[in-house]
Amino acid sequence: MTNSRPWIPYLLILPSVAFLALLFVVPLVQTIWLAVSDNGAPSLANAERMVTDINFTRSVKNTFLLTIAVVPVQIALALAMGTMVAKVGRGRETILWIWTIPLGISDLAAGLVWLSILQNTGYLNSLLFGLGIIGRQASWLSYQTPVALFLAIAVAEIWRGTAIVMVIIVAGLNQVPKEFKEAAEIFGAGPWTRFWRITLPLIRPALQSALILRTVLAFEVFAVVYALGGRNFPVLVGEAYNWQNQNQNYSVAAAYAVLIMIISLAATLIYLKALKVDPERLP
Amino acid sequence: MTTDTISMTADTPDATGFVSSRRWLLWSGIAALCAWVLVPIYLVALGALGGRQGVYVWPKTGLPTGISLEPFFLFLKTEGVVQSFLNSLGAAGITVALSILLGAPAGYALARYDFRGKDSYRLLVLLTRAFPLAILALPLTVSFIRLGLYDTILGVGLIHTVLALPFAALVTQGIFLGVPKELEEAAWVFGCTRIQAFFKVVAPLALPGIVATAVFAFVISWNEVFAASVLTVRNRTLTAYLLTVLSESPMHYRFAGGLMLILPSVVFIFAVRRYLFAIWGISSK
Repeated sequence: MTNSRPWIPYLLILPSVAFLALLFVVPLVQTIWLAVSDNGAPSLANAERMVTDINFTRSVKNTFLLTIAVVPVQIALALAMGTMVAKVGRGRETILWIWTIPLGISDLAAGLVWLSILQNTGYLNSLLFGLGIIGRQASWLSYQTPVALFLAIAVAEIWRGTAIVMVIIVAGLNQVPKEFKEAAEIFGAGPWTRFWRITLPLIRPALQSALILRTVLAFEVFAVVYALGGRNFPVLVGEAYNWQNQNQNYSVAAAYAVLIMIISLAATLIYLKALKVDPERLP
Repeated sequence: MTTDTISMTADTPDATGFVSSRRWLLWSGIAALCAWVLVPIYLVALGALGGRQGVYVWPKTGLPTGISLEPFFLFLKTEGVVQSFLNSLGAAGITVALSILLGAPAGYALARYDFRGKDSYRLLVLLTRAFPLAILALPLTVSFIRLGLYDTILGVGLIHTVLALPFAALVTQGIFLGVPKELEEAAWVFGCTRIQAFFKVVAPLALPGIVATAVFAFVISWNEVFAASVLTVRNRTLTAYLLTVLSESPMHYRFAGGLMLILPSVVFIFAVRRYLFAIWGISSK
């Protein structure tokens, strides 16, 4: 099938290559140039302006803390979901569907969903009041309660973002041959040993993709924060948005964008190194 | 593990007791996680349908009291909502069309041919996943202004296609790999040209998977907030519209907006769940 007309595959991929070159590679280069130049000459003025901005340190700290808090929980939850659903025969499809619902929910919508629970007259306060834990409406989402606000955003992110991890992990678990587990069982390995020694190493490619995807998405966190905390909780993408829309300063916005790219790329490389897998097996 | 969940008649009561308590633990875990997903959606729906009074009820019970569709319709009548809804549909339509038109041929090439540069192409596609793509909207505003694409639905659709296209290429590759090569070769033997064979044999078999891919591309575009907000001023998508009016709109409007964002994509994913599960490889056991 390959020899007769060797140009066919190139013809087939050409449109997508051209498209990605125009709308992925070119803007990527432009962003970098915009960030490291000033009036057409190379300059670090934008980076300097970004770093000295009052919200910069907070937004870096918040984004990292959020990622560190959210990603491990999501991986653990997804592993639990995958292990559970593997033991289910009938009803498996329904359970999987319910668990994948958040895939269809945007971060903005997720923020609004949790806003309905966490706002002052919301369901969390009603529940705590009913249990006699709080005497009056507590406020969780103001700038005076940074820890509660952080937890609220983390919960909303975990709620929304676990589904994609679950999909990747369940797919990985499905590829683990049953024989491996059975053999381990015969040799006397308990459930925990089997999980740590057999399952986890075998789903490494899935874990790697899940970690990369989720970490990159976590550094992109934006709308969920906006919906819950407004501008009380600065994050990197939110700052990029503000510099572009409110301050109309594209260069500093681009500096933020480049910073996010560098962090995402670094995280990706770390995962690729730390969890070495054959590139052919990446989904 | 055995599947006999109700085997109370087994003659070793201890073993049965152990098995069923583990089953109980399993099912309560599953139920808890299902509730974790579903209850918040139910509560925002209550908020959306409860209207102005509903927001201030205190303490709330979680029961559907005092709800009606009227607050939701009132929200729909707010200036800009219907238009932004239509804009979202338009941008998602463009995204679906472009990502399938450009991505499916690439997926077919990856599935059926060995060619030089295949690995580089896959690397390009994988690279897109390591970047926060929505950020690309920043430099694009400048080019889009120059090209007259700024503040248009087409412009938003284009950037959303960057998000959906790599996904479409990789997923359609899997779909075409699932269509047996032999069927296609048989069609050639019977005198079909390559193109005829593709449209008569391969396309019908791949169609469900491609529809599922399209739905997922739709959802990606429908949910995207950042690029849409940066690239539009007057022709906002629903997400961008909600983001800009967020701070000044009353609570029940925000909840109505949230519900309106959730419903279409959830219904769509539900409609094609079987094919999505097959594509993702999470259905078969």
